[in-house]
Amino acid sequence: MTAPSAEPPAPRGPVAVDSEQPLARRQVALVDLLDRLLGTGAVLTGSLTLGIADVDLVRIDLRALISSVNARVPSPWEGGQPL
Amino acid sequence: MNGELRYVYAVTAPLEAPLPDDVRGVSGSVPYVVDHAGLQAVVSKVPEEEFGQEALHARLEDLGWLERTARAHQAVVDALTALTCPLPLRLATVYRDDDGVRRALAEGSQEFLATLDRLAGRVEWGVKVYAQRAPEPAPAAAPAPTSGREFLRRRRQEVTSRENALQEAEELGRALHAALTAQAEDVRVYPAQNPQLSQVSGQNLLNAAYLVPRERAEEFVGRVEQLGAHDPAVRVELTGPWAPYSFAASDAPDEREGVHDSAVC
Repeated sequence: MTAPSAEPPAPRGPVAVDSEQPLARRQVALVDLLDRLLGTGAVLTGSLTLGIADVDLVRIDLRALISSVNARVPSPWEGGQPL
Repeated sequence: MNGELRYVYAVTAPLEAPLPDDVRGVSGSVPYVVDHAGLQAVVSKVPEEEFGQEALHARLEDLGWLERTARAHQAVVDALTALTCPLPLRLATVYRDDDGVRRALAEGSQEFLATLDRLAGRVEWGVKVYAQRAPEPAPAAAPAPTSGREFLRRRRQEVTSRENALQEAEELGRALHAALTAQAEDVRVYPAQNPQLSQVSGQNLLNAAYLVPRERAEEFVGRVEQLGAHDPAVRVELTGPWAPYSFAASDAPDEREGVHDSAVC
């Protein structure tokens, strides 16, 4: 479907666009990664799919860290028994 | 609890080349491919004592574990992005065995094929806009207020100038978002990030993801640089290219956008 690309695959950043620094490879910020890995991404049926809403997240800082935590995130273990 | 589970990273169209040998997934596992229904799932075997339902619940509270797992997940998706345009899955999608993965591929095959088709040849860019406060004038420059009234006047002036700066930053953020939206095929706006936790200074005014065809990536990045640079009121940060995480769910665009708590300046 998609032709392989010569583009470097790893996300880079964050890079302030007005800095003198080129878009060098930098480690992705955890907060950006979690926005995507916990709040988005496709959900498969019948899996032990993580729904972050169900996780207690007793660490309040963690809850705040993940800005994508909100009512739209489906609850976990949805669709009956996992696996 | 001594068994092995299957951790799934992404669904793809059949890969034309194998994953590089040195790619490692979560818990140091080696990713492999499960074929079914004209699709492939990239999975690895993970210990049940770490990824079983209860264990997962406990470990998700552990920021160190969460970070290692998220980065390993991302490493596999990154490796796939060099080969194809993967449909990245949410963190910690786990099945009992390969058959469970095949069943999921079969059940979702129509949706996956449609989504893969929609995302083929696209990448995601993340753009964040922060208000940036202009340097405060040195206090020594102004003589001490001679009266209470003078003190209050200066105080009002300071507040007004801060409010104006924020307003200007918001306007710039909105203009940037509008311009980038016009260049993107799809947009997703995330809630603002907490500045204390993301450890960056300035109020986060915009936190958005843009879906852009690969061949227009350079143009898009150029536009961000052109619009975001040189204005002292804002700082613009670009991340990517990402696999299209933000657009992988098959929900309707109107469900993905316009939530009241989103950061759209």
